[in-house]
Amino acid sequence: MPDRRLVTVTVNGHVYKRAVEPRLLLSDFLRHELGLTGTHVGCEHGVCGACTVLVDDQLARSCLMFAVQSDGCHVTTVEGLAPSVDDLHPVQQAFWDAHGLQCGFCTSGMLITTVALLREHPSPSDGEIRAALSGNLCRCTGYQNIVKAVRLAAQRTDGRV
Amino acid sequence: MAGFSPTRRNEDPRLLAGLGSYVDDIDPPGVLHAAILRSPHGHARIRSIDVTNARHHDGVHAVYTAADLGRFNQPAPLVVPHPNLTHGRTQRPLAVDKVRFIGEAVAMVVADDRYIAEDAAGLIEVDWEPLPAVVDFRSAIGAELVHDDVPHNVAARLAQMVGDPDRAFQAAAHVFEEALFIERSCGSPIEARGVVAVFDPRLRTLKVWDATQAPLTIKNGLANMLGLPEFNVEVIAPDVGGGFGTKIMLFFAEEVLVPWAAMQLGRAVKWTEDRREHFISANQERGQQHSVRIAVDADARILAIDDKFVHDTGAYTPYGMVVPIITVTQLPGPYKVPNYRSEFTVVYTNTPCVSPYRGAGRPHGCFVMERLIDRIARELRLTPNEVRRRNFVRPDEFPWDVGLPFQDGAPTRYDSGNYHAGLDLAEQMIDPTAFRADQAAARRAGRYLGLGFAAYVEGTGIGPYEGAHVRIEPSGKVFAATAVTSQGQGHYTSFAQIVAAELGCDPADVTVVTGDTSRFNWGAGTYASRALVTAGNALGLAARAVREKALALGAELLEVGIDDLELGNGRVAVKGAPGRELTLGALATASNPIRYAYGKEANQAALRLVKPREGAVLAAGEEPGLEAQRFFAPERATWASGQHAAIVEVDPATGNVEFLRYVVVHDCGTLINPTIVEGQIHGGVAQGIGGALYERLHFDDSGQLVNASFMDFLMPTAMEVPEIEVAHLETPSPLNPLGVKGVGEAGTIPVAALVAEAVEDALSPFGVRINEMPLSPPRIRELIEEARSYG
Repeated sequence: MPDRRLVTVTVNGHVYKRAVEPRLLLSDFLRHELGLTGTHVGCEHGVCGACTVLVDDQLARSCLMFAVQSDGCHVTTVEGLAPSVDDLHPVQQAFWDAHGLQCGFCTSGMLITTVALLREHPSPSDGEIRAALSGNLCRCTGYQNIVKAVRLAAQRTDGRV
Repeated sequence: MAGFSPTRRNEDPRLLAGLGSYVDDIDPPGVLHAAILRSPHGHARIRSIDVTNARHHDGVHAVYTAADLGRFNQPAPLVVPHPNLTHGRTQRPLAVDKVRFIGEAVAMVVADDRYIAEDAAGLIEVDWEPLPAVVDFRSAIGAELVHDDVPHNVAARLAQMVGDPDRAFQAAAHVFEEALFIERSCGSPIEARGVVAVFDPRLRTLKVWDATQAPLTIKNGLANMLGLPEFNVEVIAPDVGGGFGTKIMLFFAEEVLVPWAAMQLGRAVKWTEDRREHFISANQERGQQHSVRIAVDADARILAIDDKFVHDTGAYTPYGMVVPIITVTQLPGPYKVPNYRSEFTVVYTNTPCVSPYRGAGRPHGCFVMERLIDRIARELRLTPNEVRRRNFVRPDEFPWDVGLPFQDGAPTRYDSGNYHAGLDLAEQMIDPTAFRADQAAARRAGRYLGLGFAAYVEGTGIGPYEGAHVRIEPSGKVFAATAVTSQGQGHYTSFAQIVAAELGCDPADVTVVTGDTSRFNWGAGTYASRALVTAGNALGLAARAVREKALALGAELLEVGIDDLELGNGRVAVKGAPGRELTLGALATASNPIRYAYGKEANQAALRLVKPREGAVLAAGEEPGLEAQRFFAPERATWASGQHAAIVEVDPATGNVEFLRYVVVHDCGTLINPTIVEGQIHGGVAQGIGGALYERLHFDDSGQLVNASFMDFLMPTAMEVPEIEVAHLETPSPLNPLGVKGVGEAGTIPVAALVAEAVEDALSPFGVRINEMPLSPPRIRELIEEARSYG
């Protein structure tokens, strides 16, 4: 049997204890061990940003981390943003209102990145928004309505995200 | 019919909450995981394969090579045969004896998890005999043979003619010649491909989830290959993370290998493609070299075009000649070309297969045509837009026949459009006069600004047909199913709007199901900008039939004539008699003789109106329920069109191109949801910008793809794509009830042509000429140097 390590991770406020192989990626751990499939995997080499999550409130590419590295950490995924599909987080609501998504695959990473941006810069300029999103690839939208959604979310939340 | 308006998308809350269901999100109980061993060579013979170590690896359930597949390992069907496709070749699920491109599947491992499967794939020992690879399609003829039985690597040749080009060239005031090259790129959806299959050996039923654009075709093909009744096979394209043409292939190796393995093992099997695999095994497109001549009269009116081009099909021809045929037929674009000769040669290379990618041959044709327009303008000292206007098909000249058969075999006949109005509007938006003043001022300050335009048409909405099923449930909610899939185009909303407009209800009360073969069993799929035209109209027809049923039943129950009724706000009401009405839910309940006690107050009210009937509850031929199934088969394509304009700034020191403005005028007939249409255009333009400036697949001399990662294959980010200003014209199509035309590919088509004109304009002080795409910063610097050295 492969070597397994015990990890304790708090994901979206729930504490999970699991024995995992050291080589298991955090993205695979979230998706296939915990069933949190809202975090998507687009490239597995840290460029596309679809798998972006918050680890101890910092942006992280879950495809570039091993699950064992998250031992003792607090992880936030897209499932942790809103209590339910009928009660969306303001950033999710803004993406809906501004048509900020098409296929939805890059969206989780965009949402998490936006939350981190607005916590740091409550009212970013368009240039700051585009720079903040430049590590997240989208192949559907041309980014225009994503930028619009972030702008809308900033106006509505005043940094309280 | 009621008008349409922008509306938020029905599908979004689920996707935003992380509750989408993409193929890799589906983990059936006990699922095993597959990994594919792929060719590391562009071209090589397989001397032997030893899978012993892989088979003995802990956690491995099976390792399959071509020998294990036996008779199942047949070449894929040639989807679009053509008499001139004399040497079409398609790939087998697993390579036999020889590999023809890097990434070609050689063996499959099935194991407890993906990690173990990949470990075991690494233990397979293949004795390779590398062969010289054919990489540059421009020198493929006469090079090493990709297929031993295909002389000169030529898959097909096609020569076609309209009018009398030779005579026109002889009589022409001017003849200009250009050599133009378009590189190879790829769709790169952010979700790569994936397949999950579950086989029930007791019932002999197979259920497959596949990130495909055409699940019905996959289903029927799988049934045939696996010896199962079509009735026992179900294929679902769930949420699909972008397609762009890449995800429609009949068949990718994994689409047949995974279901086959699930049947062999009696276990669920999953395969999820990683990004490197996607770069080397999924299909790609672009890649043409044109040698073109154009004849014009003294007034810049086009008399004839003579175009010869070579088209790179990669290692196989899964889509026959579809892409080059689209190039030929779309090359004239919005212009009148009375005499036209086109000859193309389709050649094999040791590179991944070529099949349609957003634009599908159109960007190439548009690039060629618009480069010719610029050449005419330069030589005859006119503005390019003056040349465009003199040659546009006029609004009173529709239908306009290009004179050649289109990709569907029907005539290439433009149904409607107003190209002059579109160009006028694009000019108003970007204001060339003001720009020229800005440009002059910028040049004095050492900055290089350029203005470019490009015009295009797009044949959309081809057949054969699509269908739809619409049903109202006792809850009053409406359900609609169609075979076309969605990869982000908003079908769950625009289709709901079409149904809601017929039924007089809120689009949010219409649930649309797409791409599930058990929910709708007839149709083709989402490709060629056809879903709205074909499935949208079928949905409209089905909803209208349901509307008629609802009105007829309402008239019977409310004891009035149908003409006395109106439909709106989810109910059928007697005109001018407030309160005399029935909800759609009540009517749905009353329409089914098996009513039981559904209990809703409104339904009970309806049931009180139902009179007992003598004899059987359904008369012969009568159907229960408020539902209908209808089909729409367009007689031929409907032609969308548009004009783009942009202002760019080029930095001669770095070769960087920046967009200062980007304007789109687009005409896709009746707009169902302008917000969704604009989103499609934004995304299309972004992809076009990638193709024009950044994206190029670099194969080395051995056929190795050296930039097979998102670090090295540069797609535009939020920093590179500008704000896009969109204006709509609406010239309805006369070819379908909704008057709609497709929009999916439109944004991409003219971008390379537009960038060429704008960059040439910006660099006009250097005399730079653009005859290739893409234009990377180093290439722009080279072009400036070359222009300088020519003086």
